[in-house]
Formats: sequence, C-alpha cells, structure tokens
Amino acid sequence: MRFNALEILKQGLTGNKGWSPHWRAPEPKAEYDIVIIGGGGHGLATAFYLAKEHGLTNVAVLEKGYLGGGNVGRNTTIVRANYGLPGNSEFYSHSLKLWEGMEQELNYNAMMSQRGVINLFHSDGQRDAYVRRGNTMATQGDDAQLLLRDEIRDMLPMLDHTNARFPVLGGLYHPRGGTARHDAVAWGYARGADMRGVDLIQNCEVTGIDTDNGRVTGVQTTRGAIRAKKVGIVVAGRSSQVAAMAGLRLPIESHILQAFVTEGLKPCLDHVVTFGMGHFYISQSDKGGLVFGGDLDFYASYAARGNLPMAEHVMEAGMALMPMIGQAKLLRSWGGIMDMTPDGSPIIDKTPIDGLYLDAGWCYGGFKAVPGSGFSFAHLIATDTHHAPAARFRLDRFARGDVIDEEATGSQHNLH
Amino acid sequence: MRITCPLCGSRDRREFYYMGHETYLQRPAAEADASAWDNYLHNRDNPAGTTRDLWQHEAGCGAWLRVTRNTVTHEITEVELVAETKP
Repeated sequence: MRFNALEILKQGLTGNKGWSPHWRAPEPKAEYDIVIIGGGGHGLATAFYLAKEHGLTNVAVLEKGYLGGGNVGRNTTIVRANYGLPGNSEFYSHSLKLWEGMEQELNYNAMMSQRGVINLFHSDGQRDAYVRRGNTMATQGDDAQLLLRDEIRDMLPMLDHTNARFPVLGGLYHPRGGTARHDAVAWGYARGADMRGVDLIQNCEVTGIDTDNGRVTGVQTTRGAIRAKKVGIVVAGRSSQVAAMAGLRLPIESHILQAFVTEGLKPCLDHVVTFGMGHFYISQSDKGGLVFGGDLDFYASYAARGNLPMAEHVMEAGMALMPMIGQAKLLRSWGGIMDMTPDGSPIIDKTPIDGLYLDAGWCYGGFKAVPGSGFSFAHLIATDTHHAPAARFRLDRFARGDVIDEEATGSQHNLH
Repeated sequence: MRITCPLCGSRDRREFYYMGHETYLQRPAAEADASAWDNYLHNRDNPAGTTRDLWQHEAGCGAWLRVTRNTVTHEITEVELVAETKP
C-alpha cells in the first residue's frame, strides 16, 4: 500500500475505512534462497537492500514476535555520525547518508529530523578531546563545529551553565545528527521489502539451525522447517542464544540500558544534548516528551527492565544539567537488552559455518546503524565479500587484537 | 537488587562492583595458545537464565564474590566467597 496526498484526502473524507495492510502475511515456503532471522530494524533493512541492491527476492524474514517489536521500538531514536576510530568512522558516515535519503527511498515518513547533536564539554581536557573528534569527523567528510560558551547559552538557555562542578564551557555540534521515528523506520523497510517480494513471517521463532558438513542448510521454526542456502542472524539482544543453535560462542555479554520519557511538554529543547560527565543524554520528541537516558546497569541481564540505582543516577545527572526537568512528570521507563562486545563495536561477518552470516554486537548504537547495517549485511550475504565501510567489523578481530575500542576502556564487555 | 555478602550480610547493589562471568577465574597458562586467551577474555556463554558471575564488595569488606543469579528475573540464589571456592 502506498500513500499520496489525494488518497489521504479521500480516506479522510470517507472515514479512513479503505486503508489496506502495509505488508502481506504469507505462509512460510519450504525453501528460500536466503533466510534472515530477526524482523527488527536491521533484519528488515537487510531484506530491503537484498531486494533493492542485489535483486534477491526469494528471501524470508523470520520474526518470533511482531515486526519491529524488539530493540528498534525500544531505543531513544538518535541518529548521528560522530565516531572517531577507523572502522566506525566510515561506517556511521555511510549510515547517516542512507538516513538522509531514506524517506525518499522508501516513500515513507520516518520523521527524520536533523536537529543537530551537541556534546557538551566542561573542562580544557574534554574540549581538546572534542576538538580532535571534530577534526576526525571533518576528515571523514561529516560535519562538526566547535561551539563556545556564549553560543551554547543562546542555543540551550535552559541548561544550568554555571554548575560549580561541571560548568558548561562549550560543545561539539554535529548539525546533521538528530532523531527519527523508530517504529516508522521498521515499517518503512518492512513495506519496501514486502513490495519487492520478500516474505515477512511473524510469530515464527527459530528453534534450530540445520547444518550439514560445515554448511548451513536451513532452520527449524515454530512454524515448521525451512530450507535455505544462506542464513543471516540479525537478532541483537538474543544473538548469543541464536548463534548457540549453530554451536557458536560469541564475544557478547547482554546488558540492560534504561531510557525514560516524561509527559508531553511545549517545545523547549531543539537538539539532542549529551552530558558525558554525568552519563546523560536528552532530546525532545515531536510529541513533546523529553526522552533521556544514561549508562548501562553494568551487570549481565535479559530482564528488559532496569534497576533503581541507574534510574536515580540518570535523574540526578539530568537535574544537574537541566534543573527544569524536575518540573516534568516521568511517564515511563524501560530497558533494552544490549549485545555488548569487548570493544564496544559491532560484528558484520561470515561465521565459521558456510552460508551462515552474523550481524550482532550493536551495543547501544544499533538504531543509528539501521540503514548502514542492513546495506552492508545485504552486501555480505549477496556477494560473500565485505562491504568497504563495514569491512573492519570482523568476528575474529578480538583474537587478532585488531579491536575498535572507541571508548578505550579495555576488553570488559560492560565497560563500553 | 540486594546481594548478601557472606561477611557483611544483605547490602545494596550499589556497594558492589561487577566484573563479569566467572570465566575470569579460569585464567589460561601464560604459554597457552591464542585461542585460549581469546576465549578467556572475549567469548561468553551469556545465558538467559542462571549465570555465575563475579562481584566485588567494593564499598564494604572488599571480598570477591561468586554470585549465582538469574539474568531474566534478577533473583540471586547463592553468594560464595571466591577465596573459599576457587580451585
């Protein structure tokens, strides 16, 4: 189903009774060329780009729940390309370019809003680090601008600029960063894949991965066995469990990241703002709610809800930065399950099993990577070669010591 | 979440530092091959269910603890002193 202005007018005048579903609900076939496990943002984007870029449409996406019901619907919707290390830098740069063309590519309103991301700094050392990061971003071809104290005061008047411990000295401004409507991204890719002939199969949990002589032959599911020449695992949050079905033990530990939303307020915050010293970041959704979060709960968990210490810490950091939020009532909070890798960077690679591919380990950066991950993973599955911007996201990089440790915190999963 | 330290009793989770899975106790020999070190440092079973991991009572007695708990429910079933259980 497609939208256009005339149809919206017509439906509006006739009670909106004529809309049809956005995608089919096909029965699984006995065999596909490619099976993608996981109908989240990354899996749906992978299926879309397999069809669009490579002409491969004998493809099924298997989702154990409903499309977009996992982490793509449980994040804080931030889009940016402000990474510093080779590997990450070119990948997120590519992903942001895909974001910028996504709504036209999908003919779908993803409410992409390039409102700008501002990373605040509070000391000379932090400023120097952000100058360096900004230069790295500019070298990559992305946009970065150093803002000084007076400019920040004009742009973000609601901050406590004179906090005695962390006075706001300036910020690194990334104008092309921003937010997008997370569910719409999943729906847009789903519709785009479906329109090109991909089967999106919901309520279909994969229970086993079949291999023969070191080569993948298909999957077992709650809706029967499905044969496949190639299988892609794209199930961040449950990667370890699904990979274990094929006998793989991944460099991943699962952790909880909490996020919070307040009641709707009048527009008061025009950008995405990060307060690194307090482990806090915030933006305002188009509905008016302040959306904010902090750091991991720090211990392995699949609970999809956080614990009080981190919730308190986030609130304290928010109050220190932006005392006005104390007036707002908190509407809800939730926790997403993060695939944490030992270097904080993701994995897009082949596995030791022929025909089995892995897209995992997105830590808490998965949302901004949705189009880039789908594009690069589709390239890998279709051509068996690594897409250049994602060529360093290798599964064996830890064994080789070739890590991409953006935060320079070592090999402990929860410290990234 | 509260953890019952065998030496100090039931304490708030904030007093404890989380290290990771008890895999960290199985340190390979210095001359072990690279794959043994890779497994030790990076790869994890990462169970959704019962796990055994290492916590230090950092803001208390300082003891290292081996905690058996459920990663889905956050229920803690056993806390032992690493010093008494390490082979």
